[in-house]
Formats: sequence, structure tokens, C-alpha cells
Amino acid sequence: MTYIKTSSPKPGVVLIELNRPEKRNALNNATLQDIAACLQDLETDAAVKAVVITGNTQCFAAGADLNELVQLDVVSIQQDQRPLLWKKIDEFSKPLIMAVNGYALGAGLELALHGDMILTGENAQFALPEIGLGMLPGAGGTQRLARLVGQQLTMRWAMTGEMISAQTALQHGISSQIYPVGLTVQYALELAEKISKQAPLAIRAIKQSLKSIHEVTLSQGLKLERQHFVWLAATQDRQEGINAFLEKRKPEFRGV
Amino acid sequence: MDYQTIIVEEKNAVGYLTFNRPKQLNSFNETMHQEVSKVIKAWAKDSQIRAVVISAEGRGFCAGQDLNDRVVDPNADAPDLGLSIEKYYNPLIKLITEMPKPVICAVNGVAAGAGANIALACDIVIAAKSASFIQAFCRLGLVPDSGGTWFLPRLVGRAQAMGLAMLGDKIPAERAVQLGMIWQVVEDEQLQAEAKKLAEHLAQQPTYGLSLIKKAIHAAADNNLDEQLILERDLQRLAGRSSDYKEGVQAFMQKRTPEYKGC
Repeated sequence: MTYIKTSSPKPGVVLIELNRPEKRNALNNATLQDIAACLQDLETDAAVKAVVITGNTQCFAAGADLNELVQLDVVSIQQDQRPLLWKKIDEFSKPLIMAVNGYALGAGLELALHGDMILTGENAQFALPEIGLGMLPGAGGTQRLARLVGQQLTMRWAMTGEMISAQTALQHGISSQIYPVGLTVQYALELAEKISKQAPLAIRAIKQSLKSIHEVTLSQGLKLERQHFVWLAATQDRQEGINAFLEKRKPEFRGV
Repeated sequence: MDYQTIIVEEKNAVGYLTFNRPKQLNSFNETMHQEVSKVIKAWAKDSQIRAVVISAEGRGFCAGQDLNDRVVDPNADAPDLGLSIEKYYNPLIKLITEMPKPVICAVNGVAAGAGANIALACDIVIAAKSASFIQAFCRLGLVPDSGGTWFLPRLVGRAQAMGLAMLGDKIPAERAVQLGMIWQVVEDEQLQAEAKKLAEHLAQQPTYGLSLIKKAIHAAADNNLDEQLILERDLQRLAGRSSDYKEGVQAFMQKRTPEYKGC
């Protein structure tokens, strides 16, 4: 793991820090590989309940690495490993929180959009600058962002590369809250900790259910939701949750 | 570094920016905008500079936009006055209000138009007795810019703001203090010494904490009480982690004078 640092600042919570500050955390293949591999490890680690990804206070991630992009022609780009890496990140089944301070540009914004929740610092700036290079966002920038904020704004942002401030991002539902820069990661970790104490199977079901909203129709989605609901009835954690409520105590979930 | 339109000095952790086009009453042309912006930007990031003083040479403070500058030529086809605001005045006001350290304005003479509002954007404004403030815009059919319509009602209330902006009267420094528009008025010959004293004092204070105060007070203009209480909690969290806070408490316990570093 050359380009990321991992730590566990709270029980059940892993913090991944992008660590390529000299390149403003540009997401080269190796960094993306590191993130995907790390999440794959955390996927199977039962002690890990939630993950936070952050950059540094000035920069979340400033896009793809142009030195790598310039080497790809229309033939070699067919064998580009990046779509596979993005898919691995997308498939992570535990809660993934993005703590975004500073710039999240291009692939940086796209990485943020792979999170289940985005919290930002006041200095956060998002953009899809690919158009300035004669390209378009290639890792869901047009697709995920449009599903989040609608076609109008995405069209504008993708066609101009305009900066999106923390305030604008909050206003349009890209993020759920803005914090002073020095506290973004702290609050993201607290949020992750709060989630880590919930019943893991229910959290997983919630994530699956919500991630399907853009894939299926409402009636299909309602069916899926109901299936999760029924399936969770067989879990011990559900019994524990209800018992604890009736006995006026805090539940202790075990993920079974 | 040589400047054509300003004088720049750095001394005892204080940055002094002095407008230096006295013949034009220190009105802004493009060069002056570029020079001022460059210096203020650099100081915002320079941890060695812990307080800033903005003042001016000659009998005036700043007469706002230089009307001879080509960007506002009324004889050209429909001049776009919004351009210089977007390019220069708005960023300057943001630089001053977001600068994470105290900005003192020493108003030595007439501050008119954008000149008045640049002064009002500063954190602590002291003025010479003979200085004055004029929201001259209305006389030319213009709107107070550089934050004027935002600062004025917040400083003096709507009734006074409306009168100031619609009449464009010359407001003497003492009246400006009474209205709550500025902090203090001093004898003319005392102005620079007072500004220096104030700046050198502030530069030795816990300036990181002062930057958080500045932030909170600016945010208060838009926040409701709930939001402001949350902001205060968050800023206090940050302040509590500063080495200046630690130093302050230690110095208090050890009954000595604290030595603050601004971080």
C-alpha cells in the first residue's frame, strides 16, 4: 500500500487516507489498485463495520493521473484495468463514508460518488474538468452525478467543468453536511462509529436496498425491500434489537 | 519587490499595505487592483504575518474606482461595470473577510465609494478625525458595491443604511463611530501610531483564535441561533487543540506572560 495509509481510530472503523500529497492525491492506477485491494481485505474482516475514505485538508483527490492517461490510445484503453477497479470499490458491501476536504476533481469526484455518504469541509470543491481535456468523465461522473442531482446540473457541470462549492454540493444533495475543515474527518469517524454499532446485517441490507434504486423499478424495489425485511426477521440481532427496546436497555448486536 | 501603486512593509509580524496614488486620492486602477490582490493573497498564507494594516498616503484614503481607468469608460459602448467588480472588487472583499488574521484599516482621509466599503470589510476600522465616509454611488446612478449593501445594514441597521446609500452624504469619522460603522476615531496625527500599536498588539495575541472569532462573527450574519451554537462548538473544538490555548492556560497557571505563535 504505497499510496494509502490505513488506521483504525475507533473500534470497528477503518480510516483510509489517500497519501500522494505531492501529486495532490491524483488517482493513478496504483492508488486505485490500493483502494480496491484494501476494501477487498476489509470486506472479509468481520471486525470492520464501517470505512471512511479521506484525502488531506487541501485535497481529497485531484483527478486521474494524466501521465498515465496520455499513454493510452484507443486500442490500449480497451484493456484499461480501471473499470474493474472501480467496480470492486462499488461492490464493497459495508458502509463507506467519504470525508472530502479541498479538491475532489474528475476521478476524485467520481471516487467520492462511490461512497454511501459524503461529508465535506467548508473548503471542498468538486468539479468534472475532463471536458477541458477533450474528454468526458469516465468512471460514472455523468451517470452517478445525474442520478444524484439530476440531468440539468450534471449537463452544465460536465460541459463546463465549473467548480462546485461545498455549499452548492450540500444544497443539491451531493453531501449531507459541511464542517470546518479541521473537523471533517473527526465527524466522519463519529458517524462511522455510530453506524458500526448498528446491526451489521441490517446495515448491509439497507445499503443493498438503497444502491438498487437506480437499477430497478419502484415495484421491483419495493419487493426487494420486503425480501430484506422478511429475511432480517430470521436474525438474532433483530430479536436483540426488539428485546432491548422493550427492556429499555441498549442493544448489543453481534451480526448474526 | 517594487510596486507602482502601493507601499508594502513587513515589520514585527505586521504587514502594512499603504495605497500610494495620492494624486488620484488613491483610487483604484487595474495595476493597483493587481498589486493589492497579490500582497493580500501572500499575507493570507504567510504565517509570519499575523496582523495586517491597510492605510493610504496623502490626504485621502481611497476614492474607489478611478473613473479615468479604461475599464469603466462611460464613453465606450455600454461599459460593463460588473466586469471589474467580478474580476477585482469582489475577490478583494473576499480576501479581506476570509483572511485568517486581523485586518485593521486606518482611514486617513476621505473614503468614498468602493474605498469606503473596502474599509468596512476590514475587521477593525480606526479613522482620523478629519476622515470621512461617502457612499458616493447613488450620485452617479450606481449601487454601493464591494459589499456595501451587505455591510451597511449589518453595521448600522436598515434605516441608517438606506439613508447613507441613497443620499451619499459625507459622514465624518466621529459620526461613523456613533453609528457603529467603525471602531474608533483618533486625532489625525495619532492615526498611524495608533494603527501600529493596535496591529502590533494583535500580532502578539493568539491570532489563530482571533481568526476563528472573525469567522464566527461573519457567519453570524447568516446563521440562525441553532446554527451559530453548533458553529461555536466546532470552532471551540478547533481552538482547544491549538498550541496557543495550551500556552495561554500554562502561562496563566505559571503566572507569566504567554508567548503566542498563532497556531
